[in-house]
Amino acid sequence: MAVLVIADHDGSVVRDTTHKTVTAALALSSDVDVLVLGKDAKGVADAAAKIAGVRKVLLAEGDAVAHGLAEAVEATVLPLAGNYDAILTPANTDGKNFAPRIAAKLDTAPISDIVEVVSADTFVRPIYAGNALETVQSADAKKVITVRPTAFAAAAEGGSASVESVAAGEAPKTAFVSEEMVKSDRPELGAAKIVVSGGRALGSAEEFHAVMDPLADKLGAAVGASRAAVDAGYAPNDYQVGQTGKVVAPASRAPSSTWPG
Amino acid sequence: MKVLVPVKRVIDSNVKARVKADQTGVDLANVKMSMNPFDEIAVEEAVRLKEGKEHHAAGTATEIVVVSIGVTQAQETIRTALAMGADRGVLVQSDTDLEPLAVAKVLKAVVDEEKPDLVLLGKQSIDGDNNAVGQMLAALLDWPQATFAGKLAIEGGKAVVTREVDGGLQTVSAELPAVVSVDLRLNTPRYASLPNIMKAKKKEIAMKAVADYGVDTADRLKVLKVTEPPKRSAGVKVADAAELVSKLKDAGVL
Repeated sequence: MAVLVIADHDGSVVRDTTHKTVTAALALSSDVDVLVLGKDAKGVADAAAKIAGVRKVLLAEGDAVAHGLAEAVEATVLPLAGNYDAILTPANTDGKNFAPRIAAKLDTAPISDIVEVVSADTFVRPIYAGNALETVQSADAKKVITVRPTAFAAAAEGGSASVESVAAGEAPKTAFVSEEMVKSDRPELGAAKIVVSGGRALGSAEEFHAVMDPLADKLGAAVGASRAAVDAGYAPNDYQVGQTGKVVAPASRAPSSTWPG
Repeated sequence: MKVLVPVKRVIDSNVKARVKADQTGVDLANVKMSMNPFDEIAVEEAVRLKEGKEHHAAGTATEIVVVSIGVTQAQETIRTALAMGADRGVLVQSDTDLEPLAVAKVLKAVVDEEKPDLVLLGKQSIDGDNNAVGQMLAALLDWPQATFAGKLAIEGGKAVVTREVDGGLQTVSAELPAVVSVDLRLNTPRYASLPNIMKAKKKEIAMKAVADYGVDTADRLKVLKVTEPPKRSAGVKVADAAELVSKLKDAGVL
């Protein structure tokens, strides 16, 4: 049984969500390959090859896959799928976007957001916004799984896998128009060890940033926000933590005024 | 443009889900059920496309068909969407809770019959939290998809969608027909007015059964058990910044 991990990266660095997904993959099989989708992403592929336990890195380069267009990711992965018994990817917005599409094409039931690998066919995943945990056993020969990275430890560095190129798919009916990414020197919210989270009690966007930003910088923390604070416009949308926002798993969290929930 | 909006009847978002003692699932007996909140946003956007609200030209949508797959009571969920402004409904009756793949297959059959130009649906249901049906439906139809829409515009036969992604926003344009799944901040759904609730009672809901569509809806996943998550320990209040820093140092994060 072999497993394919579709890597998460920012174009230059392999995110540690990939390392964590490799850990989940290694619980299924010792034959783990990593697929890197991107453009001018040879450096990313080389970095992925250094993750301990990785057998081989596949690199697919093209504009459509670099933008993460689900149709192009599907067209890239389907020709490779015959070689694998399971396809894993982090449960971030990219993975959630393309994984079910791949699963449907393979006529397999996707298993979303797993937090534990019980055995090669049995997994634990949160349902009802985390108010319950469901243990499911898959009857499908081929599995498509998204992995909640915060639930797994990162695979170590120290591998020396080979890198080979594969053809990248296209998305003939979908076009990338633009993107507006929030630039920040702070750690990423989903992966941060320390999160300071602000709520609506901060009263305004100015106050939110005046209180939260220096605190976060002092602590080397990521800034999060409650849904109420985001809805009130105090903080940008991608700060939100929780069911509709990001799943955080910090070693420590310092909520300034966040109502629990 | 004809819009199809699939909606799901789920536990009301204000009710806390309780796990059954025998670990077979979540207790839904005598629990308030409502339309999945993300689907409500999809219905609202479809109605705005018809009315020409916000940046949409009036009549962008000409007909809004709402479909639900579920128990007989899911008619109420469809009726809610009709009261918000949808034109007619289809209930595909099923006494069992279908998995996302099966739901996508039934919806594909409904799409083949209804031939909409746009399928607009919530990005996930708040019970299963799978976030999969829209993407799977698009795959089965070989249509383009735009997930997690925070903004939608219909321009020149395309859906231009600003997607809420990790780290910011991404805008893509998808040729119609397409599947668009909606996120929380696309709009704020309206409350149906009393006259519209009365009018909705006269709108048509076609009753179908899963068997009518002849698709394979067998479960692929067996739920072995449903358990409560581990209890989170309570936090501590600190008196001042110095105490916070010393506690963080003790925890080894500083």
